[in-house]
Amino acid sequence: MSIYRILVRFTHADPRSAGYLSDARALGFHNLQRLECQDLYFIEGQLSQEDLQQLTLKLLTDPVTQTASWDEMPALQTDLGPDSVILEVTLRPGVTDPVVHEIVRAAHELGLNGVHRAATGQRFVLKFDPSVEDIRASVIKSVDSLFANPVIQHWKIGNIEPSFPEEVASSGAVESIAICNLGDDELLALSKDRRAALDLTEMQAIQNYFTKEGRDPTDVEFETIAQTWSEHCVHKTFKAKIEVHRYTGTQVDKYTVDSLIKTYLKSATDKIAAPWVISAFVDNAGIIDFDDEFEISFKAETHNHPSAIEPFGGANTGVGGVIRDILGVSAKPIANTDVLCFGKQNVSFDELPEGVLHRKRIMSGVVAGVQDYGNKIGIPAVNGAILFDEGYAANPLVFCGCVGIAPKGLHRKNPQVGDRVIVLGGRTGRDGLRGATFSSMTMDAQTGEVAGASVQIGDPIIEKGLIDVIVRARDLHLYNDITDCGAGGLSSAVGEMASKLGCDVELKKVKLKYPGLAPWEIWLSEAQERMVLAVAPENVPALQELCDTFDTELTDIGEFTGKHRLIVRYKGNPVVDMDNEFLHEGIPQRQLKAIIEETPTIRLSASQSVPESDPKATLLNLLSSPNIASKSSVIRLYDHEIQGGTVVKPLTGVEADAPSDATVLKPIGTKGMKGIVLSNGINPEYGKRDAYKMAWSVMDEAIRNAVAVGADPERIAVLDNFCWGDPNRPETLGSLVEAARGCHDAALFYGTPFISGKDSLNNEYLGVDGQRHAIPPTLLISALGMMDDITKSVTMDLKEAGNVVYLVGSYPPSGTSQSSVISDQSVPDVPKETPQVYRALHKAIQNGLVKSCHDLSEGGFAVAAAEMCIGGRLGMTVPPTLVGVFTEVNGCLLVEVSPSNATVFENQFTDLPITKIGEVTSDPVLKIAGEEIPVTELIRAFNTPL
Amino acid sequence: MKPQALILQAHGTNRDYDIAEALTLAGADPHPVPLNDLRAGKKRFADYQMLVVAGGFSYADSLGAGKLLALDLNSYFNEEISTFVESGKPVIGICNGFQALVKSGILPGGNWGLVNGNSSATLTFNQQGHFECRWVSIKPASQTCVWTKGLQASIECPIAHGEGNFQTNHQLLITNLQSLDQIALTYIHADGSPANGDYPANPNGSILDIAGICNPQGNVLGLMPHPENHIYSHQHPRWTRGVKGNSGLALFENGVKYASQI
Repeated sequence: MSIYRILVRFTHADPRSAGYLSDARALGFHNLQRLECQDLYFIEGQLSQEDLQQLTLKLLTDPVTQTASWDEMPALQTDLGPDSVILEVTLRPGVTDPVVHEIVRAAHELGLNGVHRAATGQRFVLKFDPSVEDIRASVIKSVDSLFANPVIQHWKIGNIEPSFPEEVASSGAVESIAICNLGDDELLALSKDRRAALDLTEMQAIQNYFTKEGRDPTDVEFETIAQTWSEHCVHKTFKAKIEVHRYTGTQVDKYTVDSLIKTYLKSATDKIAAPWVISAFVDNAGIIDFDDEFEISFKAETHNHPSAIEPFGGANTGVGGVIRDILGVSAKPIANTDVLCFGKQNVSFDELPEGVLHRKRIMSGVVAGVQDYGNKIGIPAVNGAILFDEGYAANPLVFCGCVGIAPKGLHRKNPQVGDRVIVLGGRTGRDGLRGATFSSMTMDAQTGEVAGASVQIGDPIIEKGLIDVIVRARDLHLYNDITDCGAGGLSSAVGEMASKLGCDVELKKVKLKYPGLAPWEIWLSEAQERMVLAVAPENVPALQELCDTFDTELTDIGEFTGKHRLIVRYKGNPVVDMDNEFLHEGIPQRQLKAIIEETPTIRLSASQSVPESDPKATLLNLLSSPNIASKSSVIRLYDHEIQGGTVVKPLTGVEADAPSDATVLKPIGTKGMKGIVLSNGINPEYGKRDAYKMAWSVMDEAIRNAVAVGADPERIAVLDNFCWGDPNRPETLGSLVEAARGCHDAALFYGTPFISGKDSLNNEYLGVDGQRHAIPPTLLISALGMMDDITKSVTMDLKEAGNVVYLVGSYPPSGTSQSSVISDQSVPDVPKETPQVYRALHKAIQNGLVKSCHDLSEGGFAVAAAEMCIGGRLGMTVPPTLVGVFTEVNGCLLVEVSPSNATVFENQFTDLPITKIGEVTSDPVLKIAGEEIPVTELIRAFNTPL
Repeated sequence: MKPQALILQAHGTNRDYDIAEALTLAGADPHPVPLNDLRAGKKRFADYQMLVVAGGFSYADSLGAGKLLALDLNSYFNEEISTFVESGKPVIGICNGFQALVKSGILPGGNWGLVNGNSSATLTFNQQGHFECRWVSIKPASQTCVWTKGLQASIECPIAHGEGNFQTNHQLLITNLQSLDQIALTYIHADGSPANGDYPANPNGSILDIAGICNPQGNVLGLMPHPENHIYSHQHPRWTRGVKGNSGLALFENGVKYASQI
């Protein structure tokens, strides 16, 4: 067979080339004068010239905007003159490329049956400034930051060869891992060797088990245990027994916390015992009551480590993964949330630690990954946040959340003896091997290289097929249990599902993307878009029919046995034969030590010590600072309108350019006017200062935001997401313990239960210089609120001149003076009357008294007032006597009320803190702190590019 | 009897239920039908009075938005769809559906079907270079199109696409579109004046501010914006500012009314 090379170029203006060029400029490559991006296709097969022409013109080219040429390989080299260089990029073999499958399928549809395989690539024609002496050196310097990520792609100056996965048959070889006779050092060496991330106690537990079994484990068994016992899968830090040393002056207070989850998170939910919580902490997602017919599920995941080494793929599969969590509770996904944390953007290349991608590239890749998956699968991205802090430079955080809806009572979690083990969706390849253990380790300069195999690329259209099949299969009662294939792949999904009954599965039946996978690779692969179902044999044909309709693959790999052992075979021979109880309960509880220091060391960073003598400049600086400035350039890349339920949108106001506090959704297909509210709270700056009070603050922020748009404060559920550094360092663990305790206390204070959670630890980068780069302690609280009538929703844009503006909540905080800009070094308290304030505000919203409402958060009163002015294109007059306008506080909101309702409104707040603080003016000027700032200037500052 | 509407579900269609809700409100009976059920003969085009090619990312936009769905339409359903179109029954393609209708040659139709097997027009990458979701105003501009005929008020609704930039290399096609009243919907400023290519009123750079076109007979409409996402007042971005309306619905009511008359 021959390989043909087809080159497609734009004849019309190509925005993609323009995009690359502007990225190049943004990254500081000013010598690049022109850039043309072209598409490469490699077709392996037997094709006549006429076939090639058909294939190229009908399939690979847009006849209006593009032109194409083709060659049989090896293709002719093109000579372009001394200032230009050709750079070609293709994917490494085995990296998922959904396009190639479509090329082969569509070619056959056209009758071109000679097409055997395909590969894609990109070709860049780069023209440099003639003054550049060594063009090749310039290209090489720019490649990794702009054109290719070596983790998934390879590149060449000149013509590249396509890479097809090697077609080798698997030997089916299973290795025996000698463990029974190893000493302690050897056990640790083995753990490290196989990147298992297991400690000595855990390795000894494995050794003891197999000593009793009288044999060594197979590699499949060892890898299964390593994944099942990984931090990612089993949350051993959150379940550990922690000896806490709390220092107060010279005093040391010692106590033990037996499992953070049990002690602080689950216990808060149990104590609150909200009747509307249907399921918390036990399933793939938390579930709460919606109305007589439906329940709502919510889950947020993190995908930090994969996003650090391959931003697009990492974020892409982060979105895909959390959508499967929602499918795992038999719900239809109706909304995505995305909270992203990046390093500061304006940093030159020379300042980057080795092996770390540029933050601009991380950010654009992550955003593109989120956009690609969510838009293609058809789930609106409706709520989120983007934060910048130097601590995230090497470890970006990618929090992906998903909300689902399902008719009550249809979700089943009860496999039966004799049920078939059914895998639905994508095929299995080497993608994502050992992802669960990888995410449980500290990264270093080599991580990108070694962990290349952990990279996953998503295929949202396959997952769309899963949604179509599963929702229908649920309604037809076709399955008894369901879970998603996430970290640990089949080993984790099947293992967990069979943890009670046991199962017997055959790996040879698993459909592969390409041949040659060893048994352990099939069992552990984290290939995306797969779900595992327990299906009674008589229901398999009906499920198969659904799958055929929606182009989804179904594979029957075995059965649930009732014998309480996990048996995995390859061509009939057992490669895993383990006791379920050992696998799922045999992990020794970790014993950890935590130190809580009295006062964390605090240092004001430069960006915060803004001179306070000039309130106008301070306000404009704050509005244009990346953490506050408009995120509209990102928000508009996400479809937030699909499914037609977005009642309060992420951007609001006259010109839809002001930031909403929260999102209100009316789920498609529901009757009545009920809606849900989505919001979040996150504050890494506070995390650096005081983890306990940070937890209170972010809980308050999430709840405050939800209440601001109309959520009922009595019916808000939250998710926790902890992203921390290495918990083996007692100080790091100490702040984690404090944050969890803060979550517990704040949850009880508000009566707001946790329904699910997630932790991502070891977010540290060990540089070649030996320095650790850890992220700030980061807690994301994602809130899911309920409202009875979406037509009562309130947005934050000022509505009408002449209206009165109230400040509700305790303000100013004690000790505040005009001189304290933003905040001092402490974390604000939550005032004790806050829940009453929220209830009173909710009542006022229910009674239609509130025209607009916005919470005080970063940048305090002044930024909140400015954003309301931007939203309404109206002015606000605030008396110059108001001090501390930039101070950050908790529990406070600005509320616009029409003068005729002022008294009624005030009466709702009897005995609660409320101040008439301003007036809405038709003159678009914000008068505050003795300054007069035109709204046009506020808009300009707020729209500063990130 | 209510007109029965076939909503084509390709691999990756995702606004099928949005349009189903709009058609229900407009008085039709919507039936989302997987493409494979049509291929297998379980469902037939001829049994419906309306055809909807809904929005989404069929085949993940591989090789160009709508391209592979267009190939399906031509490979598997050429005859059925031709018969459907020629019978005068109303057809609408929204967003990805519009892209597929253009790339299959069903639009602009008439003398401008496939020319040497190639489509004469295209919906290419937005001038801004990226996907964008924002609300736009569009003006019903054709009295030939059964979907827009008689509509006076402008429609406000979101766009959500990366490849919505209508372009052609044939000057004559543009002249024909104008003379045959095939330019069904155009982007306008909020005050009703033509967008004249100004971003973001014209969000993608389409020539002549084209948001939608119809075939010369007027029964097939393709458009990029999503009127199916503005069928309730509370969907409007400024409903909390007192803006009332559901201006997307009129287009579907028009189509349904027409379908029930033939």
